[in-house]
Amino acid sequence: MRLLEYQAKSLFSDYAIPIPQGLTSTDIEQGRKDATALGFPFVIKAQMAVGGRGKAGAIQKCHNADEFELKYPEIMQKVVKGEKTRAILLEKMADIKKEIYLSLFLNRGKRCYTIIASAEGGVEIESVKNQIIREVGLGNVDPKMAEEVGKDIGLKDSTLSQFVEILEKLSKLTVEKEAELAEINPLAILKEDKIVALDGKVIIDDNAMFRHEELRKFQEVSELEERAEKSGFSLVELDGNIAVVGNGAGLVMSTLDMLSDNGGKPACFLDVGGGATTETVYEALTLISRMKKVKGILVNLYGGIVKTTTVATAFIKAYENKLIDVPVFARMSGAEADKSKEMLKGSRTRMFDTIEEAINASVLEVNKNG
Amino acid sequence: MADLFDLLIGKEGDKDYKKKPVIVQGITGKFGSFHTQQMLAYGTNIVAGVTPGKGGQKIEGVPIYETMREAVEATGAKISIVFVPAKFFLNAALDALESGIKLLIAIPEHVPVRDALKVVELAKKKDAIVVGPNTPGVIIPGLIKIGIMPASPFTPGRIAVISRSGTLMYEVSHNLSLANFGQSICFGIGGDPINGTPLIHAFDTIRNGANIDGVVVVGEIGGDAEEMLAQHIIDTKFDKPVVAYIAGRAAPKEKRMGHAGAIVYGTYGSAESKVSMYAKANVPVAKRPAEVPMLLAGKLGKGRNK
Repeated sequence: MRLLEYQAKSLFSDYAIPIPQGLTSTDIEQGRKDATALGFPFVIKAQMAVGGRGKAGAIQKCHNADEFELKYPEIMQKVVKGEKTRAILLEKMADIKKEIYLSLFLNRGKRCYTIIASAEGGVEIESVKNQIIREVGLGNVDPKMAEEVGKDIGLKDSTLSQFVEILEKLSKLTVEKEAELAEINPLAILKEDKIVALDGKVIIDDNAMFRHEELRKFQEVSELEERAEKSGFSLVELDGNIAVVGNGAGLVMSTLDMLSDNGGKPACFLDVGGGATTETVYEALTLISRMKKVKGILVNLYGGIVKTTTVATAFIKAYENKLIDVPVFARMSGAEADKSKEMLKGSRTRMFDTIEEAINASVLEVNKNG
Repeated sequence: MADLFDLLIGKEGDKDYKKKPVIVQGITGKFGSFHTQQMLAYGTNIVAGVTPGKGGQKIEGVPIYETMREAVEATGAKISIVFVPAKFFLNAALDALESGIKLLIAIPEHVPVRDALKVVELAKKKDAIVVGPNTPGVIIPGLIKIGIMPASPFTPGRIAVISRSGTLMYEVSHNLSLANFGQSICFGIGGDPINGTPLIHAFDTIRNGANIDGVVVVGEIGGDAEEMLAQHIIDTKFDKPVVAYIAGRAAPKEKRMGHAGAIVYGTYGSAESKVSMYAKANVPVAKRPAEVPMLLAGKLGKGRNK
C-alpha cells in the first residue's frame, strides 16, 4: 500500500520527524478554511500516488486568495501519469538552504533493508547522484551507523545531530509499520539550519496489514478490489474492453501480454487464485459484469489444482442467471478440460485449443462490435 | 552448504536413496491433506504430518505429531513442506529449522516480508535451504514431487526449469514436454519479493547438481532477479543453452499484478530492463510460453538427444 504524501507525513509526525505545518482537504470549502488557518503564502500540493508532481504543475505556490480560487480547482482536476488528485495538502512555504535525500528500503536482491542517502536530493531517486548505500539487515539503524551516513553526506554539528535523530526515527517507523520503503525526498535544511521532511513516500507491506489495524484508515481500495480480496482472488482494473481471467498471476500476466501484442485492450487482470471454487469464480464474473466497459471476456486456464470444470460450472450458472451477456473466449487446458468443453457446448462461451486462437477471436469480435 | 540433490535424491547405497522422507506441516487443513494425498500418489515418501492439537491421529495413513521436534525425532526427515496460513508461517518455519529440517518448501502466499527475512536469516545460520514462500514447490519428474503442482505437465528429461510463477511453470513445462523436452527438475522460486532461494542461487544449485542440456528461466516483472542472473551468466561463462520467458510486459507501473513481487517502480523491475540484460547474456526471451521450446531447440541445435 502506497501512502499519499500527507499520510506519510502523519506517520512522520507520529514518530517526531519534523514536517512543515500543513492541512489537508478534499473540497474547496474546507480548503478555504485551511487557507485562512494557515495564512498566505503557502504551497498547494496535489495528493496522488505518483512522482513528478512538480513538473506536471500539480504542486504550485499560492500567495493570495485570488490565486487560491484559481489554483485549488485546477490542481484538484489534475491527472498525472493516469493518477488523479485524491486530496489537497496546503503547506507552509519553507526557506530552503539545501535539499538532501534519505530513504530506507527493502532490497530484494540483497534480501535486507538498505539505507540510501545523498547530499543532492529533490530529484527522483534514479537521478540522485553520489548515493551513500548501507545494508542494515531487518532495518534497524543504530546511532553510530546513522552518524557515519550523516558524515558521509557532508553534515556536521547541529545538522548532523538532527539527521542522526531523523534517520533513527525513520528506521523505527520502517520496522514497526513494516514498510517496504520509507523515503524523505527532499529532506530540507532550512535557513536557520533546521531539518524538515518536505515530502514523504511510504509503502507498507500489504501482506503485513493484518498486524496493522491502525493503518487501515489509509487504505483506499475500490469496492471491486475489496470484494475481490475478500473472495481470495486478485483484480487490477485496466483501461481496455476485454476482461482477462485465469488462474495464477503469471499466467494471467502472460495472457495480458499476448492480448496486447495482438491489438487487444485488457479491461482487467483477474487471477482467480489457487483456491478458487465455483462460488468464487461466480463472484469474479459478477464483478466483471459490473464493469460497463467490458465487451468480451478472455479466459485462460491451466487446470491443475483448480479444475477447469469448477470454472465451467460457474460460467453455466452465470448464463442461467443472465449475469453475462458479452461473448466469452476460453482456452482450458489440463484437469478435466474435455469435460469442460462438453459442458460449455452450445453456450456463448467459445472454446479454443490454444490461447493464441482464443486471443485472435476475441480481438476480432470485440473490434467488430466497436 | 546443504546440497539440494543430495537432500531430494540422496546417494546410491543410502537406505532411503530416491525415497527421502518428507514431513507435511499443516497436514490436516483442506489444502494440506489434499496435497498430501497427491504427493503420496506421485510416490513421494511422506512419513509424518504436524498439526498442533492433533498429535497421535493419522491422515491418509500418515501419523500426525504435535511439534516438528517430535516428527523429526521419530522419522529422521530433513525435508518439510509447509501449508499453514500465512500468519502462522513464521512460527512453523522457525520450528522446522530449529528441529533440524534442511530443506523447507514454503507454500503459503501472503507471508509478510519481515517474516520471510527472519526465516532466511535463520536458514543461513542453520545451513538450510528454503524454497518460497508463495512457491508451487519442487518436482523431479518421475521421482519426487514436493509441492502443489499437478503431475500431468511434467516428464522426465534433461531440461531444468526455474520459475517465479506456479501456473507458468506448469504451462511452460507442458509445452516443453509436448516438444519432447523432458525436465530434470522444475524449481518454483515463488512470487514474493523475498525468496528463500533467490533465482541466482537456484540457478547455481541446478547447474552444479543435475545432468542438464539446458535451462529455462520463467520470470516476471518486479525486482532485479533476472538482471542479476543475466550478469551472473556472463560472469561465470555458463555455456549451456539458457532460454527465458518474462510475464508482465503489458502490466501498468506501480500496480501489484497478483504476486506480491510483481510490481514495477519506474524502470526498476520493468520487462524492458530484464530483456535488455538477457540480450547481453545471449539469452533469448520468448514472447509467449509456446515459443520457449522453439527457442530452446534453436539453441540446442541439431545435436540434442530426444
